[in-house]
Amino acid sequence: MTLVADMPGAANAQGLSQSQKAGILLLAAVALMLARPILPDAMVRLPEWAIPPLAPMLDALFNFIKDDLGLIHLTRFLTGQLEVLLDATANLLYGKRRWPNLGPIPWPAIAAAGAVLGYALGGWRMAVFAGGTFIWTALVGQWKIAMQTMSVLTVAAPVAFLVGLGLGILAWKYRGFDRVIKPILSVLQTLPFFTYLLPAVIFFKVGPTAGAVATIVYAIPPMILMTTLGLRKVPAEVVEAGKMSGCTRLQMLTRVYIPAARTEILVGVNQVIMLCLAMVVLTAFIGMPGLGAKLLSNMGSFKIGNSFEIGVTIVLLAIMLDRMSKAWVLKQPEHFERGTPWWKRNVYLIGFVGAFVVFLGISVLAASLPNVLADDLSLRNLPGYIGGILDEVTRKQSLSNGKEIDTAIKGFLAIDGIQAVTEWLRWFLNVKVLIPFRNAMLWVPTPAFILLVMAFAWWLAGRREALIAGLFFTLVAFSGWWDRSVITLYTVISATILAMMIGIPLGIFASRSERWAGRILLACDTAQTFPSFIYLIPAIMLFGVNDVAVVFSILIFATVPLTRYTIEGLRTVPPEMTEAADMSGASRLQKLLSVQLPLALPTMAVGFNQAIMFAFFMVIIAAFIGTQDLGQELQRTLAGTDLGKNFVLGMNVSLMALTFDLIITKWAETRKQALGLG
Amino acid sequence: MSSSSTSQSSPVISARNVWKLFGPSPERYLKSMDKGMDFEAIRADGYIAGVRDVSIDVHKGEMLVIMGLSGSGKSTLVRCFSRLHDITGGVIEVDGQDIMGLSEKDLIALRRSKMGMVFQSFGLLPHRTVLENVAFPLEMRGQDKHTRRERALEVVKLVGLEGREEYFPRELSGGQQQRVGIARSLAIEPDIWFLDEPFSALDPLIRREMQDEFLRLQEMLGKTIVFITHDFDEALRLADRIAIMKDGAVEQCDTPDQIVLNPATEYVRKFTEDIEKARVVHAGVLAEAANGHSLEGAPVSAKASIHDLARLLVEDGRAYIPVSDADGQVTGALDRAKALDVLLGSGA
Repeated sequence: MTLVADMPGAANAQGLSQSQKAGILLLAAVALMLARPILPDAMVRLPEWAIPPLAPMLDALFNFIKDDLGLIHLTRFLTGQLEVLLDATANLLYGKRRWPNLGPIPWPAIAAAGAVLGYALGGWRMAVFAGGTFIWTALVGQWKIAMQTMSVLTVAAPVAFLVGLGLGILAWKYRGFDRVIKPILSVLQTLPFFTYLLPAVIFFKVGPTAGAVATIVYAIPPMILMTTLGLRKVPAEVVEAGKMSGCTRLQMLTRVYIPAARTEILVGVNQVIMLCLAMVVLTAFIGMPGLGAKLLSNMGSFKIGNSFEIGVTIVLLAIMLDRMSKAWVLKQPEHFERGTPWWKRNVYLIGFVGAFVVFLGISVLAASLPNVLADDLSLRNLPGYIGGILDEVTRKQSLSNGKEIDTAIKGFLAIDGIQAVTEWLRWFLNVKVLIPFRNAMLWVPTPAFILLVMAFAWWLAGRREALIAGLFFTLVAFSGWWDRSVITLYTVISATILAMMIGIPLGIFASRSERWAGRILLACDTAQTFPSFIYLIPAIMLFGVNDVAVVFSILIFATVPLTRYTIEGLRTVPPEMTEAADMSGASRLQKLLSVQLPLALPTMAVGFNQAIMFAFFMVIIAAFIGTQDLGQELQRTLAGTDLGKNFVLGMNVSLMALTFDLIITKWAETRKQALGLG
Repeated sequence: MSSSSTSQSSPVISARNVWKLFGPSPERYLKSMDKGMDFEAIRADGYIAGVRDVSIDVHKGEMLVIMGLSGSGKSTLVRCFSRLHDITGGVIEVDGQDIMGLSEKDLIALRRSKMGMVFQSFGLLPHRTVLENVAFPLEMRGQDKHTRRERALEVVKLVGLEGREEYFPRELSGGQQQRVGIARSLAIEPDIWFLDEPFSALDPLIRREMQDEFLRLQEMLGKTIVFITHDFDEALRLADRIAIMKDGAVEQCDTPDQIVLNPATEYVRKFTEDIEKARVVHAGVLAEAANGHSLEGAPVSAKASIHDLARLLVEDGRAYIPVSDADGQVTGALDRAKALDVLLGSGA
């Protein structure tokens, strides 16, 4: 291949700087592009015969593991265990007819208990927010689907937590295990979600079990990382104090290490919960009922109002879960004076159980009252009506205004001025920017493309990264999905560039005043808790179903980390340096360009990296809108049993994402060291 | 330097030619290396000498202060005594038992029954209250809830933290946190008490207060103590004997008076240069044998420092002043001229 032929040339050029070597690669790529008309076809795209039959080979391998090695028996056994748990929560939360046959728990009892928990963790505001979220969910008539989602979450999150904690402890204890698991984790974190789904379906049956398994697997990696991080950070003296107190190894772990790593472990819990929520919503793609499925079908039939309402519910649930688990991280134990009575020490627990029992009783009583419909509502049978609501909010009683919102939104978007803007934007982006860019990327011969990526890697990071980048993209070329990979990459790059044009100026603006920085950071924090699926709603609302909507949804998703890290980067510039710039008589712009931005760049790069990772994630989800990239193919595999193809497609996404991750992380590290920012 | 024995009984801790090297394969390196190599030469080979050929004894009821600058190996040495670090070479015996030969179980048993340690940044468990922190070693020992609570309350009272039993470490000041650390180390009534720069993280005023507190406790308990500090004044205030370390080796180990009067190496001399010797040196140490001198007049106490006696030394006309021990028995004669030299600095 060209790649191999070009390498010695670049490597022989000793004494050249990093960017000169990158320049040589760039020149080679340009030469190839110029020569495109005379290049043989095999140099433009890999010919069919050169592509190894990866998918069938992988299929055979999977089948061997599944049937001949008997993995399927193990997974089916696990499925049984998991199913019991899932059925139990399903019964309790929305009354599925399974053991223990107690449910459904009436919604007021859950709302009341949630409010008390909110109060215990974060005071009155959290109590109102938690209670309010549950009340909203019930009143708009989404209680049942929300509980379908929650019933999986309440099983997946604890299981992911326990498995993650266990593996985290192993990785901390055994260096070898850590070394094996680290690269696997980084692949797992870049693997598109659809790649988790299909194996889950094949090994764990369709439905909630497969959804729960995919969700659990997706949520485990950050828990592992946070656990090892926390355990490594336990101060040496605390460890020594434990040893000198005569702890055995088990006592060291359970009484010293784990409690002392509490903060990191709880941060891990927060991440597990948020990832689980985001994923449970996405399991709609394999037909799991719940909020995600409802949202999917509503968006599919362009019911914007209903989609909007479900979006609000998901967002409220996300914020609630995030805030409550973060409040738990920050919550420090408070001491009680000696002699405080038992009930006072456990006042929250009593309140929690009490509120639950009281509202459970009220709801059960209310359910026994004769049910009254809204039509013959009068003062006399008001108790019956309210009683009915407390038992279950039926469709007629719900305050859902889906249709009205739908009309309002569609009416608003149909206003000439608005429509003109969205129409023009759609036209401009599509015709002038996106399509030409895409065509250009598709035009580039494969070897030239790989050289370009390598040049980029060499320029920013170095030789090792350039070689890895070249290897990864060569693998993509040999997977036989080159064009679709390039289209995926094109969507990611154009969305990220657009996101930079919005996010970075916004961040710079916000960081000029403490107040605005605080507000925008809060907004970013909140937006980052939303399940990614939510971002499709405004995109479809504004642009309908096309390429622009795809780019737009990625754009808003990717703007969040860019803005956030720009603010953080600028805010962490040491004050002595800005003061020195002021005293040197720099103007505001000069100070920004030659002092603040250079120092903030390494931090901003972290945001840029996250933006790209988010974009790779979102571009696959956006297949739902209708794309021509890897995501589309991936989504198609979900309907069948093409495990090999599914895996190949997923690896392509992962390889491209990892390349960027590697390059940008290395660059940020080198910069940070050069600037002495630690 | 070997220590000058201060007591006839067998030592509680006895270290013989102890080495602690950090690096890729320290045991093999130690075997192959030339034992006379200095710190820099060892470092050039890629190893850090935490402890370099140290031989030292600690006797029952004695307070040995190990002092040196940061990086001199004093913390490493004390961690070798408690086997928080496994030593690379040499022998450490505690109560005649080679601690490197102990199984994990026996080591845990030794720590549970005989050793207590106090740490520079306290090393408290953040999720436990004062009482639970103090009771922690008892809990590890498997004592029942009631007795360990009783004992913990007792020790908390001993260190003056009554009324704070239910507080969490972060709710306490630095001085109070270290009191918790001290209480925890005393909970199991250890025979050997290790203190690793216990007061270094505290403000100077609090530090002084804690030193007084510590002396009060020691008066009461009479433990065998290994105390680490980088503060010479602190060392002089507390020590029976001082071991001065540099680059992992002990430069000199002796009583404060001897270290000030007869520094063994140039490093120790420089170290003690700025010390006001009159405050350190005691009459008993300067005294010569009483026979041959005609002694008259009131004796001075052997325990009095030259600084305490300053006025008397200047105003008294006697060439030799009798020195008496605690019982009032005259044991020696203090050469006034020599004492004045120490006081005025021209003699040393």
